[in-house]
Amino acid sequence: MPEIAAPAIIKPRRPNILARMFRTLRLPVNDPFAVAGLLIYLVFIATAVFADQITTHDPTEILYTPSYDLAADLRPGQDGFIMGTTSLGRDIFSQLVYGSRSALLIGVTAAFMVALIGSIIGLVAGYFGRLVDAVLMRLADIAFGIPFLPFVIVLAAFLQPSIWNVVIAMALVLWRDTARVIRSQVLTLRTRGYVEAARVAGSSDFKIIVRHIAPNILPLSFLYGSIAIGWAILTEASISFLGFGDPDSISWGYMLQDAFASQALAKQAYYWFVPPGICIILVVSAGFFITRGYENILFPKLNR
Amino acid sequence: MNIVTKKPEVLVSVHEARLHYQVGGAFAAMRGKSTVVKAVDGVTFDIRRGESVGLLGESGCGKTSMGRLLLKLEDTTGGSIHFDGEELGEVRRHRLKKFRSRAQLIFQNPFDAINPRFTIRATLSEPLENAGIPRSEREDRIIKALELVRLPEPEQFLDRYPHQLSGGQLQRVVMARALILQPEFVVADEPVSMLDVSVRAGVLNVFRDVRDRLGLTAIYISHDLALVRYVCERTIVMYLGRIMEDGPTEDIVHEPLHPYTKALVAAVPVPNPDQSHDPLPIGRGAPDPRNPPSGCVFRDRCPSAHARCASEVPQPRPVGSRLVACHLF
Repeated sequence: MPEIAAPAIIKPRRPNILARMFRTLRLPVNDPFAVAGLLIYLVFIATAVFADQITTHDPTEILYTPSYDLAADLRPGQDGFIMGTTSLGRDIFSQLVYGSRSALLIGVTAAFMVALIGSIIGLVAGYFGRLVDAVLMRLADIAFGIPFLPFVIVLAAFLQPSIWNVVIAMALVLWRDTARVIRSQVLTLRTRGYVEAARVAGSSDFKIIVRHIAPNILPLSFLYGSIAIGWAILTEASISFLGFGDPDSISWGYMLQDAFASQALAKQAYYWFVPPGICIILVVSAGFFITRGYENILFPKLNR
Repeated sequence: MNIVTKKPEVLVSVHEARLHYQVGGAFAAMRGKSTVVKAVDGVTFDIRRGESVGLLGESGCGKTSMGRLLLKLEDTTGGSIHFDGEELGEVRRHRLKKFRSRAQLIFQNPFDAINPRFTIRATLSEPLENAGIPRSEREDRIIKALELVRLPEPEQFLDRYPHQLSGGQLQRVVMARALILQPEFVVADEPVSMLDVSVRAGVLNVFRDVRDRLGLTAIYISHDLALVRYVCERTIVMYLGRIMEDGPTEDIVHEPLHPYTKALVAAVPVPNPDQSHDPLPIGRGAPDPRNPPSGCVFRDRCPSAHARCASEVPQPRPVGSRLVACHLF
């Protein structure tokens, strides 16, 4: 007689924390704009990661032509320089590729800091309310009053002009939007029955915030973080263009500044300043496209 | 003689408790536009150990606020509440933790009272974790608590999420969470009002049985006199933050004294089409709580109000077995 296998007891699987996080951070693949944005980001990130392999020259090195002349103001394609060279004989293509690296670095760290600081302040203000809320929200009001670009310039001037100070300056100002939105979300969350239930069960405030409230606002902090990426790249470009950037790192803003100072427009060297401009436009708008698609997931009612 | 070891009779003692909310912000106050809402306004009563008391009243009368005060989910703005001799305002830190394990709340809306991201196991583990129960004992305690509220085959629920359970099952889980630390005092805030009528009786019976078996002191908050009568031997009738009548439930049902209680009793539908149904004519809805009538708060709806009611706040006076706050007595 053949043995009949006992029916396996199907235990409902507990989705692990990673799976749950990915579920909250679903990628918006239904929106064509968002898909385009994702593709741009993919190329952008790959370029930044493999910059060393892609580039043909050291972006800061002063180069010479095979005939030992200074390789200055060469047109694209001349002497093997894909996008030509700058007035000081540096390879534009390599600068463009390395520019993606600093843009990525700035974008991600600024987004991370903005999301982190904004979320913590929003959570604390919304949960504890009263005086804590009043103080933190007045601080947010002050941050709203600070003109963004001048503040970053002043801070970069006071501290060293470096990438990190630009990031810090941005984190000091941009947390305000995240904090406001998350605070208002927390205000509704904290009145939920299960939050009260946790309090009756003897859970500490910290535990209630981390376990019961924070998971609900995670998608929102992600949204505001991704908005901050675009802002950060744009700001760094502006700062660098104005000449307050880090002189040691190659960024797209720095390239524009270099081109501007060398009167590239007068020389009709479009190959010099158009590519970094396009790169900034592409990456920043890609960020906003993704954000938009993500917003549709978060707030489906906004859907047309 | 074991009188020495006997604990004091009264577990919860409320004296002139007040909970006043400021409505409108600082700017409204400056323009003299802010008002005070008196959710609970000078309430006094004692609850003996093992007693179950119904808090009865229409919505907005302060019964839920009273329940929240008793559990220190809200601090009184006046008066005092003692739990087992301790003033709740002074209970803090580790003593608060201790208090949390002794006094529990059963929620009105089970669909909202359990975190939708948590499994039943995680939900029931939370109080155990906070009370410092070792991990190895938790599973056992959870199963026992679920058995106590008569959830059949509790093991199969442990890894489920709240949306996979029915309302009645969820309310049992909510009860299990309240009882898992073996509290002495339980506040049940309309525990069946969100449930389908067909499962109410089951949940109510579980509540009654558990209360009797564990010898709980319970407060049952409801707007439904029939439910209170089913569960509680004593009833406190509240109206606009004050106590109108306080006494044995059966006495109140059979012979209500306060005009408001009379109206409440008359409003209970009678399951007999031939019997004439004659609710007392109390006009309109409850007045704006920001601007209650002077004197007796019930006076503007009371059929037997007279001049004295407008000028003097009636104090609760003993009438037979109960306390009634009305100038007629």
